[in-house]
Amino acid sequence: MFSDQQLSRIEELKKRYQHPRSVVLEALWMWQDEHGWISEEGMKTVADALGIPPHDVFGVVSFYTMFNRKPVGRHKIEVCTNVSCMLRNSDRILKHIQDRLHVGVGETTPDGRFTLVEAECLGSCGTAPMMQVGDRYHENLDPQKVDAILEGLK
Amino acid sequence: MEALLLPNIPDLHKLEVYEANGGYQMLRRALEMKPEDVTAEVKKSNLRGRGGACFPTGLKWTFMPKSTDRPKYICVNGDESEPGTFKDRQIFEFNPHLLIEGALIAAYAMGVSVVYIYIRGEYIAWIRMLQQAVDDAYAKGYVGQKILETGFSTEIYLHRGAGAYICGEESSLMNSLEGERGYPRVKPPFPAQFGLWGCPTTINNVETIANVPLILRMGAEAYSKIGAPKHPGPILVGVSGHVNKPGVYEMPTGVLLTDIIHKHAGGVPGNKRIKAVIPGGSSTMILRGEQIEGVAMDFESLKAAGSSVGTAGLIVMDEDTDLIRVITRITAFYHHESCGQCTPCREGTGWMHKILTRFMNHEATMKDLDLLLDVANNIEGNTICALGDAAAWPVQSMIKQFRGEFEQRVMRSAEAPVASHAAV
Repeated sequence: MFSDQQLSRIEELKKRYQHPRSVVLEALWMWQDEHGWISEEGMKTVADALGIPPHDVFGVVSFYTMFNRKPVGRHKIEVCTNVSCMLRNSDRILKHIQDRLHVGVGETTPDGRFTLVEAECLGSCGTAPMMQVGDRYHENLDPQKVDAILEGLK
Repeated sequence: MEALLLPNIPDLHKLEVYEANGGYQMLRRALEMKPEDVTAEVKKSNLRGRGGACFPTGLKWTFMPKSTDRPKYICVNGDESEPGTFKDRQIFEFNPHLLIEGALIAAYAMGVSVVYIYIRGEYIAWIRMLQQAVDDAYAKGYVGQKILETGFSTEIYLHRGAGAYICGEESSLMNSLEGERGYPRVKPPFPAQFGLWGCPTTINNVETIANVPLILRMGAEAYSKIGAPKHPGPILVGVSGHVNKPGVYEMPTGVLLTDIIHKHAGGVPGNKRIKAVIPGGSSTMILRGEQIEGVAMDFESLKAAGSSVGTAGLIVMDEDTDLIRVITRITAFYHHESCGQCTPCREGTGWMHKILTRFMNHEATMKDLDLLLDVANNIEGNTICALGDAAAWPVQSMIKQFRGEFEQRVMRSAEAPVASHAAV
């Protein structure tokens, strides 16, 4: 369910476009920000709010990589391994996190604190290697810096 | 050249600082001109798009119908997802009002009532920065209804993506903005005739739009004399990979790649030899280190060298780089990002990745090299959008420039079983 506040925000956003369907990404963001992932209920709720079929919402969710289609840890760690980061040893960063958290890529720690994934280029090539945790970019990484960042995330 | 896009002025992202440095004066000037005269000025400046295709911006604007009963739109493309590219985020962060002012001038020139700025979802921190700037501009009457008490009105809305490289392709961006899956559209019809919701639409890159106020400030004549004559103006060059000082550097077009690497980006760590350079983002053709001598960051020079400017995202690789690993990673990216609409791209990118993985694992034969090139050649030109080409070009150019690397992998593969047998 969306709250009244969320629904009025959606109504406000609809006015910006010729068709309410355009609000689908923003409505999905609202859902994911609150619940951490997009469940079937989430897709149905978004569909109802926009007056479009739920399968259309599913089609959108499955197209974009940033929507989580299953629950993830409190902190989603995304390590860029694309070419510019690779040239600056992003492998070492990824391996360090795997060893430290005892998880593989795509896995969540048993305490539900972290999910680790590999990301495509996040536009931090000049400050490589980097990772994104939630909304935040962490750049110019080395293993010590990674340790300090992970320590701070409860 | 003094920096024009990213001048070193503290707090320039704040409206009052931007105004104190002449900000929004060009919007005022534009509003006193006829819209078609603004477009003519941009055309005269010879500004070319900074998103990768180098299409003449003013010419693109003239494609928009003058009289129509349908609404007209601008989409500013801030999807910035090409590996090696990290320039537009500098504008969002350090000079957002230049982008907003440029968008307003463009909207006035083309008679547009709504501008959407589409930004990749991962850039949420930068979306918030730009939104703050847009809100401030609204509050001061620069955006919205009856701008600066004239008859001109336009809205600016930010639209957040959700993680899809393909949405930087202009027709895919429009589908994404309409709330559909981000599938590219078949062209024609072109966006100026049939864009967002079937209405006339122009899509310009963030950096392109940010150049517009500069053209009015300097005058098209003076602007066109900056840098390379056929591709003039300031350009944001992102340098990454094996350099001492990676980062975004503003310079006139036409600067030698060797100067960019050695003078701006501080040279290669350990003074190692440059083995290879990708000049303009991962989809541009790779060049050998010794080939970049005398080649400049502009449309003509890079074309003559057998590559392209792309997004001016220069990736430098030193002599110790495993280029098979580089091309395998780049190909994995295109396979991941293929939208799946066209068979040659959907299947071909995955096929190329499988072949390259055989090279990585020392399991490839010489036939695999021919097969790899054959698959790449059959993707190129056979897809709805340019992602297919973008996936094929790096592979084709890597084989052309570094065939020996592949052959060595094959020979080592052939020797490997013998060697391991001997070890036993």
